[in-house]
Amino acid sequence: MKPGTLKQILLITDGCSNVGEDPVAMAALASEDGISVNVIGVMEEDTIDEKGMNEIESIAASGGGVSQVVYAKALSQTVQMVTRKAMTQTIQGVVNKELQQILGSEVSMEELPPEKRGEVMEVVDELGETVDLNVLILVDTSASMKRKLPTVKESLVDLSLSLNARMGNNQFALFVFPGKKKDVEKLQDWTPKLESLTNHFHKLHVGGVTPTGPAIQTAIDHFSKKQRSLRNLLGRDDNESSIEESV
Amino acid sequence: MNPQLKNQFNLRAGTTLYGKWHHRSYTIVKELGFGANGTVYLAKDEQAELVAVKLSQDTASVTSEVNVLKSFAKVQGSSLGPSLLDVDDCILQGKQVPFYVMEYIQGEDLLTFVKKRGHSWTGVLLLQLLSDLQRLHEQGWVFGDLKPENLLVTGSPVRIRCIDVGGTTLQGRAVKEYTEFFDRGYWGMGGRKADPAYDLFAVAMVTINTVYPKRFEKSQQPKEQLQKALADRDAFHPYREVLWKAIIGAYVRAEEMRTDLRETLRNRTTSVNGNRTTTTRVHRKKKQRSTQQQKAPQTNKQATGSQQGNIQQSSQAPKSSAVESISLVALVSVAYGFYIYMEYL
Repeated sequence: MKPGTLKQILLITDGCSNVGEDPVAMAALASEDGISVNVIGVMEEDTIDEKGMNEIESIAASGGGVSQVVYAKALSQTVQMVTRKAMTQTIQGVVNKELQQILGSEVSMEELPPEKRGEVMEVVDELGETVDLNVLILVDTSASMKRKLPTVKESLVDLSLSLNARMGNNQFALFVFPGKKKDVEKLQDWTPKLESLTNHFHKLHVGGVTPTGPAIQTAIDHFSKKQRSLRNLLGRDDNESSIEESV
Repeated sequence: MNPQLKNQFNLRAGTTLYGKWHHRSYTIVKELGFGANGTVYLAKDEQAELVAVKLSQDTASVTSEVNVLKSFAKVQGSSLGPSLLDVDDCILQGKQVPFYVMEYIQGEDLLTFVKKRGHSWTGVLLLQLLSDLQRLHEQGWVFGDLKPENLLVTGSPVRIRCIDVGGTTLQGRAVKEYTEFFDRGYWGMGGRKADPAYDLFAVAMVTINTVYPKRFEKSQQPKEQLQKALADRDAFHPYREVLWKAIIGAYVRAEEMRTDLRETLRNRTTSVNGNRTTTTRVHRKKKQRSTQQQKAPQTNKQATGSQQGNIQQSSQAPKSSAVESISLVALVSVAYGFYIYMEYL
């Protein structure tokens, strides 16, 4: 059993979207493609309102991911925790599916006796360590995020430190929204080292609107482009056996 | 720090948990603490014995921790973590909640203990901790989330114990859970791949935390900052160099750090009891400097101190030791020059 490559969108924002498609619907779309959407809400003191909070939770819920709202100060640790938690969650989904095939019924890990659970968990842990991971990071650069960007940068470097301690391979890409000319702008295409992409951070322009929905859509497109180019490269389909096929 | 971090459960004293699989029941006495991955309660089992019960909404993390505790239980005479008594599920407000039951370790957390009983205990506790870590590392694990909150000191006999194995990771894998102040990666002193040196770095930071109870935030030059933090407080004497070696990752095994620490503590107990004059310090410094193979943190403050010490010495016996003092001053100057050279070039 190999779950192939895990695909995640990591959205870092501080509030509500106000332009374009409904981000919750876009997250659901991503989930259909086997991409989990995780959201981190960054706040300063208590600046996130209930509406923003709800949106953050809904995006993660419909995107099959994890959400967390934190103060900017605690960002580094949260970014890595959310990413790992989402990984475990996805892997567990795959393992549960596998269990159902073996045991024939709607059995999930929670329904096994505690003694058996341990063995399943060892498999989940092992996969979490060795699986390949693609994370597309979407950073909200609307005006209110400006002061938080140095912290965001630091937390991304830290994320790469955590993930690169694993045995599995990682690929990161970075998009910001709103972009200079478009809603969404690609800052860095797929790379194994996040340190390199954070160099772009100081020349970022911050803008007014928050097109979260379009940003997620662009992220989904970018994932499918990656897959297509890989397929062309390999000339066959089955090498990219990703989560979407097994879930 | 984390506004979303709320206690997931609010069980009142007297609430009874019924185990679904093993049919044992536990009555809640009080809450002991909670974190990101669950809440620990003090409870009584059916024999009215006190136990600690950990509840979590996250089956995966409960199961992982149980796996670690089970593997510890296989080690003979183990005190690596609390012993595991039961694993089960219970129903709370209509939802299935996994939990596990462990031995209740009664004690104070490390910071409280040291604050009450004094820094003279730090050395002994560190020796105990390093022996435990050595055994844990021999079993192929790394403790991971080592911090004062996860270290309890029990009463007589005084013994340090690690609790909360949430961060315990197989060597070679990525550390599962950590706390920034104690994390090698955060300070830019290495990666987050679990190796014994990861824990030893954390041991040094735990010791620093006993002297700086409020901790401190990372500056632009984290390495220099830690070096200065060690140099600035007398409480780190005499194991300052040992801590520094742990910080720079010079120890590959807990045993090595323990041996060095034992040695420095021995030196302290044999030399002029409690009479800490500048001169005796100088003697010890020099001795250490000559035996020390690794680079140790030496600051301007220390260097100036030793120079003063030498001036005092020479004034006590001006004629007979004139040559000796000149050569001493020269020696110290050379050492100081070398130190400056190492620091800035």
